[in-house]
Amino acid sequence: MAGNGALLLGLVEQFVTGMQDSKAADTVTGVKKGQFTVLELVEWKGCTMAGNGALLLGLVEQFVTGMQDSKAADTVTGVKKGQFTVLELVEVLGSSLTSSEPRTRGRGIQLLSQVLQQCCTSLSEKEELKGLGADFVFGFVQAIDGEKDPRNLLLAFQIAQNILYRNYELGSFTEELFEVTSCYFPIDFYPPPNDPYGISREELILSLRAVLAGTPRFAEFLLPLLIEKLDSDVQSSKLDSLQTLAACAAGYGHKELKEFLPSLWSSVRREVFQTASEKVESAGLSALRSLTACLSCSVLDSDSEDSLDTFLDLVLKDCQHHLCEPDLKLVWPSTKLLQTAASASYRASYKITAAVVPLLLEQYNNHTQNAQRRTLVEVLQGFIQLPWGSHTEEGDENPLTGYRQPLCALVFSALTESSPTLQTAAVQTLTALGTQPGLLSGEDIDLAADHLTRLVLREEEPQTCSAAMEAAGSLARLHPTAFAFRMVPALKQEIVSAMEECEGRPTAQSQQALRQRSLKALSTVSTHPSLVQETVPIILQALCVSHKGSASFELEEVVSACRSLQQITELAKDSEESGRYFHQTVIPRLLGLAVQASLQGGGAPNPLIEERVLSAMVPIFSTACGCLHTQLAAHTTSLVLSLFLDGDASFLPENNFPLQFQLLKVEVPNTDRLLSELEELSCSCVHPFTHTSAAKCFAGLVNKHPAGEQLDSILKRSVKRIESGLGSDSPNRMQVFTLLLWVSKALLLRYHPLSTILTDKLLSLLVDRELGSLAADGFALLMNDSTDVLNRACHADVRMMYRQRFFTETAPKLVLGFNCAPEERKSSYLKALSHILNSLPRQVQITELPSLLPLLLEALSCPDHGVQLSTLSCLHPLLLDTPQVMTSHLETLLSRLLGLTASPAMKVRITSLQCLKALTRLPEHVVLPSRPRILRALAVPLGDKKRLVRREAVLARGEW
Amino acid sequence: MEGGTRLENANPLIFQRSGERQLTTEEEDEEFADPIDDREIFDLIRTINDPEHPLSLEELNVVEQVRVRVSDDDSTVSVEFTPTIPHCSMATLIGLSIKVKLLRSLPERFKIDVHITPGAHASEQAVNKQLGDKERVAAALENSHLLEVVNQCLSSRT
Repeated sequence: MAGNGALLLGLVEQFVTGMQDSKAADTVTGVKKGQFTVLELVEWKGCTMAGNGALLLGLVEQFVTGMQDSKAADTVTGVKKGQFTVLELVEVLGSSLTSSEPRTRGRGIQLLSQVLQQCCTSLSEKEELKGLGADFVFGFVQAIDGEKDPRNLLLAFQIAQNILYRNYELGSFTEELFEVTSCYFPIDFYPPPNDPYGISREELILSLRAVLAGTPRFAEFLLPLLIEKLDSDVQSSKLDSLQTLAACAAGYGHKELKEFLPSLWSSVRREVFQTASEKVESAGLSALRSLTACLSCSVLDSDSEDSLDTFLDLVLKDCQHHLCEPDLKLVWPSTKLLQTAASASYRASYKITAAVVPLLLEQYNNHTQNAQRRTLVEVLQGFIQLPWGSHTEEGDENPLTGYRQPLCALVFSALTESSPTLQTAAVQTLTALGTQPGLLSGEDIDLAADHLTRLVLREEEPQTCSAAMEAAGSLARLHPTAFAFRMVPALKQEIVSAMEECEGRPTAQSQQALRQRSLKALSTVSTHPSLVQETVPIILQALCVSHKGSASFELEEVVSACRSLQQITELAKDSEESGRYFHQTVIPRLLGLAVQASLQGGGAPNPLIEERVLSAMVPIFSTACGCLHTQLAAHTTSLVLSLFLDGDASFLPENNFPLQFQLLKVEVPNTDRLLSELEELSCSCVHPFTHTSAAKCFAGLVNKHPAGEQLDSILKRSVKRIESGLGSDSPNRMQVFTLLLWVSKALLLRYHPLSTILTDKLLSLLVDRELGSLAADGFALLMNDSTDVLNRACHADVRMMYRQRFFTETAPKLVLGFNCAPEERKSSYLKALSHILNSLPRQVQITELPSLLPLLLEALSCPDHGVQLSTLSCLHPLLLDTPQVMTSHLETLLSRLLGLTASPAMKVRITSLQCLKALTRLPEHVVLPSRPRILRALAVPLGDKKRLVRREAVLARGEW
Repeated sequence: MEGGTRLENANPLIFQRSGERQLTTEEEDEEFADPIDDREIFDLIRTINDPEHPLSLEELNVVEQVRVRVSDDDSTVSVEFTPTIPHCSMATLIGLSIKVKLLRSLPERFKIDVHITPGAHASEQAVNKQLGDKERVAAALENSHLLEVVNQCLSSRT
């Protein structure tokens, strides 16, 4: 390096003195000594041309051998100012580009690529390179020929890409440039394990692909190369070839492709037919798609034949006949090929559909076995669903229009077949047909609705039935009227008639099931506002009847009616029309029913006061309110509030309606009074559902209450109450504890300073004899989102990252508490810890766990099954993601896990086996020593008495 | 398999896969002991990959549940498999894969018998003899190349 530098220095000096320009020499020396920067020079002295030459040489030398990065920028400036040309730069670089030192070559190439990239705009204006192109390209080709260093290659590819992209004159060197780059194809470079330069195989592949696919001028060389590489045995090379083919076809026209089409097709076909790898298959398919797309949009010469036509004929000839053998293996690959080709453009889809659909229709009639027919229907479905490319214009007719009649006939006849799988396939095909805009006629839709109704109500097979419901849901969105007139009345009939018939008699099991099914269908069908208004009254009516006390309605059914209603609410969430409808009709009606029911009390058992029904009803309100507009919401709130406060609260022993207040962003009037009522209720009521609801409600309000004195005084009051209520002799410890939990959660979510006090309280309860394990489970409640209150859907005040914050605050306290806790109470701490860990995001877990690992390992040996299980389920994802962190604890971990495989609890056995399986992801040299021991130990659970355990054991042992 | 060369049976019949075993309440019950039954053995071997095709033995109908017999009490398992064509050169390899899978997955007490469905293969007896011979199986598994191929058949599909 030093010699090289001296040589170059000599060169510079000779050059400079030869020109007799001492000024330039001085300048260069100046630059070298770092006396002035080059930019200053350029600006102040305005060097002569000869000086420029010396300057360039100096710059290049400093950049290449001196490793001074700033010189590249200076060179760029020089080129931009026109002080030196790129050609001169290449000449000067010559010696470094052919140097035997890879680093020197690398620097040379780097400089060139920076200059080309940064000066490209000014260069293309000057047309400088286009004119001098051929020489430049030749120089470049010579320079990178035989390059082996991946870093330099990456840069070289970028330059080559630049050359192609800027459309420089390649002259007679097209083939040379192709040769010099394509010799690296396909790339089989794998970075060394501790790669210092961070060059990935992927990067190289992509940049080489950009070069090769960059210009149609390479087509005549590239396509044969690709065909040859496709024959290779190496999977990655096939994959790369197919992807490159897909990339280059996008830039080619039919002129380039024409000659190679038959052999390209046969290569692609072979890959799709024979491959075992999904990657190769999908690469093959996308290559086919881009070939077809390219042929579809090429401009034709008047005398040449339509190459798309020819190509598709080829495809059809090779694939079509496989469709006639629906139980042989090649049906599906052929189908995929045809569908891919068809999806490339409208023209292609028209041609292929015209050939395939009649064939499939005919085949369906020729084959009588259900399995074969099912395959045919599924194939057909794929063709119906085709997205016909982006080139569809308004006027284009759907290629399927001509086959509407026979297609419908086929699908409807398949719907009446006896095989459930065939029926399911037919239902899906029907959906596909129905979603094609403008394909089916009104009568077809009516018929479809009838068929679906029949399947929904009468079909025994659950799979078909649920497919039919799904289909009804998606078709109803597009054709609401047909379903409103055809399906809804039938379902209503089913629900209402059952109610009338069975007045006073216990319902038969089958009828119950039928009614539940109808209810479910009603809710799935309600995908359009107009349908919602048809279906909801039916359900409300059903609830009404159940309220009137005819015993025909089982509890189960009422619950499912509520669920259906809730589902409808979810579906209708986005529609304003339905929102208003719910608000005006549904909510008052439901409220009325529930209040009436609880008022009646005693007497006949009324399903509407059962806890389960009420809990099913709450989400209806929540969802409905969550999407109401503020104004509507305010109205509803004041309505409900007056009911709660001004009515006698004692008459509603299972009152849960206030829950919905928390949903609202609006100011709730009378907050203070409400809060104190709730606090009282939550601390004193003995009915568990009521006091929990009251606590939740209280928490929800506290969470939203604007900060300030009022809030502080409320909180002070309740903290005091909690503290006194938790005394060991207090009668209502359970209730107060629940309140504590919910209030802590409410404050934790909004980062309220008081939350620490409350959680500390909770921590201290961990050693409590009575509440210890409940408190530990309480941590799960704190960390997880609850479904009904205090979540974002209810507009609660939830800060970002509150979990992480809580974790960092609490974990040290937990560890500390664990260490000083008496032996028999330690498990509560471990349980609490694993609850917190379980809900942390994965990234945080990974960073935090190593420090907690000893504690977790301790937890594994804790006798409580719950703790074992939650610790294992916390470890498992970690083992899957980053097993490395376990390496140092492997020995302990293994013996603990192996011990747990003999645990009496089935779930613990299963999860520990899963963890053991995950351990196989550790590097081989780490696990190999333990392998024989584990294999021996895993032989035991193979004979476990539980099948589920055996299954995990088989999987784990198989991995080892 | 070499690119471009023809497969022995390029377009075989495909059979439907049976679904996952339905979970019963008894299986979730801690106390109840589930016996090892035909279906469980079948579940073990049905997912084995065919050496030639990207398909499982079940899809090629090489193994069927009716051809699996197990007796938990006597600790015996007997599996018959049917190569897709009578001259299939892979028959021994398929048999070996089934055998290895069962050896790895069953408690040691089981005696495992794997053989070709009578009349389904040209050199039925020779293959059966190889598969029945403990020492030959052990020797085959010492061969690292063979072991790799077997492991490939047994690996779960990604």
